[in-house]
Amino acid sequence: MPVLKADFGACQGYANCVAGAPDAYDIDDDGVVVLLKEQVPEGDLPRLREAARSCPVSALTIEDA
Amino acid sequence: MSHTGTTVVIGTSVAGVRTAQALRTEGYDGRVVLVGAEHEPPYDKPPLSKQFLAGTWEGSRLTLLAPAEAADSGIELRLGAAARRLDPAGHRVHLADGSELAYDTCVIATGAAARPSPWPAESGVHVLRSLADGAALRADLVRGGPVVVVGGGFVGAEVAATARALGCEVTVVDPLPVPMGRLLGPEVGAHFADLHRRHGVASRFGSGVEGVTGRSGRLRVTLTDGTVLPAATVVVGIGAVPNDRWLAGSGLLVDDGVVCDAYCRAVDAPDVYAAGDVARWYHPGRGTHLRVEHWTNAAEQAARVAHNIAHPDDPRPYAPVPYVWSDQYDWKIQIAGTPVGATRHTVIGGLAGATARGGALYTDDTGRLRAAVTVNWPRAQAVCRRLLTTHTPFATAVDQVKALASRGAAGP
Ligand SMILES: Cc1cc2nc3c(=O)[nH]c(=O)nc-3n(C[C@H](O)[C@H](O)[C@H](O)COP(=O)(O)OP(=O)(O)OC[C@H]3O[C@@H](n4cnc5c(N)ncnc54)[C@H](O)[C@@H]3O)c2cc1C
Ligand code: SF4
Repeated sequence: MPVLKADFGACQGYANCVAGAPDAYDIDDDGVVVLLKEQVPEGDLPRLREAARSCPVSALTIEDA
Repeated sequence: MSHTGTTVVIGTSVAGVRTAQALRTEGYDGRVVLVGAEHEPPYDKPPLSKQFLAGTWEGSRLTLLAPAEAADSGIELRLGAAARRLDPAGHRVHLADGSELAYDTCVIATGAAARPSPWPAESGVHVLRSLADGAALRADLVRGGPVVVVGGGFVGAEVAATARALGCEVTVVDPLPVPMGRLLGPEVGAHFADLHRRHGVASRFGSGVEGVTGRSGRLRVTLTDGTVLPAATVVVGIGAVPNDRWLAGSGLLVDDGVVCDAYCRAVDAPDVYAAGDVARWYHPGRGTHLRVEHWTNAAEQAARVAHNIAHPDDPRPYAPVPYVWSDQYDWKIQIAGTPVGATRHTVIGGLAGATARGGALYTDDTGRLRAAVTVNWPRAQAVCRRLLTTHTPFATAVDQVKALASRGAAGP
């Protein structure tokens, strides 16, 4: 199954990912993205790719595993 | 679904690029051509006043769509080819190089241009919108000397912060007594005025600019109150104007942007859409036409336009909660919703000084949360964005954010 990845150092806490996919992404108290799941089913991919792409600093990727 | 036609997307920044990419994620399998006036591969704008101007990011890091990536996604890139004329009846776009492109669907994503400086000085007066603008401004800033920034809005304030971080002596001039006050109200706006002061940036709020004369390194900025400020570099950040002039004569209704319906379709040409800074669309939740000049709107509107093109049987209206971020000095500022027009607000946490971490929540006669402005508190911002989407009562929203504030040592 595809795997969610984040570049925690690049994340700026803009939270677009949370707005796009609250089931997959959240923000912690320090303003850094949190991955709520690791693997995602293929069926969720289009929506999650869109959420990952909404990150203004390209901190989010989805890798094929 | 199988699509046989051609979609031509005009404009190669975030709205255009995201439309082309989202067409593919939505399963559109027709031809996609992305046309842009500039020669560089598509690039992003927000870092132009931040990381790029500061010199911490190189230009290549701004790339939104590398040519190889475009090829992989089946997106044909036509760079350095400005669109000159649209012919909706003939389904054709005429380009500056004399060629023309036939389309079945056209997406206008030509964005906006910086409002030009009304003061004709010889050189050294900058606006900031393109990568070339950013490179030219950076070259002048690193040369040193005093900087005058005209305009205390988002772009002006960010440029002032970056120029200050580069060691320049900076003055911000704005005719408004509290620059962000019109947007955020005088009380919250005053904290933004203080932000400049705290970082050693002088401000001349409440005075306009009468004229700018001289040339790079030796400019003189005359204010309406008679003061003359010497400057090596002047930056004019007085807003943006939509790039819609090329549509004159197309028959499309253009009124400070391309006028669209709730599905982001041009009102008088159903196979022409618009997205991003150039689109003035009907927001069904607000009951009015809006044009928004923020990154997230461009990205979200692009995704919605792509959906509506790829799934003509399931068109969806576009009714977003506006959202913008801005990085100024040691503040990360995030605004969701529309503070303008609010009747009341509550401040939670602190909005003063270097340790600011808090937010202002706004409401109106409906009694619902209307907007949230947060400083150095992304978590609260994320919560408020969700509460805005679900039309939460103001009191409930205030309680939730207060609860967040009292959680653990990391709270404000
Ligand atoms: C310095 C700066 C800092 C910013 N910071 C932030 C921020 O922190 N947060 C935020 O939310 N927003 C920010 N913004 C706003 C955000 O960048 C814009 O809302 C966003 O870029 C809009 O995207 P767009 O694609 O609609 O238009 P634009 O970015 O304006 O792009 C339009 C594209 O169309 C091309 N074009 C124009 N005319 C033609 C033509 N006739 N034919 C072909 N191509 C054409 C242009 O060359 C350009 O590539 C900032 C903007 C600037 C300038
Ligand atoms: S959108 Fe990007 S920057 Fe924003 S919180 Fe998510 S990962 Fe971080």
